[in-house]
Amino acid sequence: MGSGSLLWNLTKKYLTVGVIGLTITDRYASVLPVRGGSMSPTFNPRTDTVLGSLDDRVLIEKFCLAKYKFSHGDVVVFRSPSDHKEKLIKRIIGLPGDWIGTPQNDVVKIPEGHCWVEGDNLACSMDSRTFGPMFHTLSNNTLGRAGLQKPELDQP
Amino acid sequence: MSAWRSIAKEAFTQASIVAKFLGFLHFTNNYLFSPTLVYGPSMLPTLNLSGDVLLVEHVSHRLEKVGPGDLVLVRSPLDPSKILSKRVVGMEGDQITFLPEPSVTDTCRTILVPRGHIWIQGDNMYASCDSRHFGPVPYGLVQGKVFFRVWPPSSFGSLGQ
Repeated sequence: MGSGSLLWNLTKKYLTVGVIGLTITDRYASVLPVRGGSMSPTFNPRTDTVLGSLDDRVLIEKFCLAKYKFSHGDVVVFRSPSDHKEKLIKRIIGLPGDWIGTPQNDVVKIPEGHCWVEGDNLACSMDSRTFGPMFHTLSNNTLGRAGLQKPELDQP
Repeated sequence: MSAWRSIAKEAFTQASIVAKFLGFLHFTNNYLFSPTLVYGPSMLPTLNLSGDVLLVEHVSHRLEKVGPGDLVLVRSPLDPSKILSKRVVGMEGDQITFLPEPSVTDTCRTILVPRGHIWIQGDNMYASCDSRHFGPVPYGLVQGKVFFRVWPPSSFGSLGQ
């Protein structure tokens, strides 16, 4: 009976920590690894090491989701419009009301509730140049402003 | 000195109770189910004009079990701070035929729903701003599926297809 209640106490502790951690991750800030080279040289993935996941990690904050106020140049994390399970990280280039020139020699006005995002590494970045102005809100609980970059220990 | 320690301990215990409660509340409201108040004419006659309190579950859309005919809550593509309640008419890959302006003309339009998007329409197509106006919405904007109505008491009961 003693070990049963010990197990129960342990489970309760883990559940409590888990739920509080989940709340903080959803509402305030979280850490995500960056894969893909579309934001080089700002954020780089590390694919050439034996140990695997030594990618750059970014700290994203979710306070901006309260009022959805973003500015030009913010790096944001959002869900891809064509696959809601995939998260992308890009920079905001245009806000509602801006006029943006597309690669097809067309000029488009960003509608309300949308924004134009582009990666820093334009050569290999799937962004608004392919899928058009992005819904401001797609990111709901994954959008955050990428703030501090936490490099791994052996980065120069 | 020990008085401060016992005060600090007491404060920490109370704060952790509040933190646990808020964490539990957040988990239930975002991952299990939550109540919500909806109002407006776009879902007549299913939902009332003056306001209904509905129970929304947040499990199905994470498991991708949302399909045509479901009443869902969707974040508005035009204004991120608003949440709309509409019915899912088509999923990705479906051909949707709809009336863009039923009160003005009878013409139909057909559209193919792109990958990762859904087509939503209000039940009252004469007074609803939905996919016929702002196009298909990405699946990621779905917040939850409506399954029960709590208020008004005369229409207490489950809301299905």
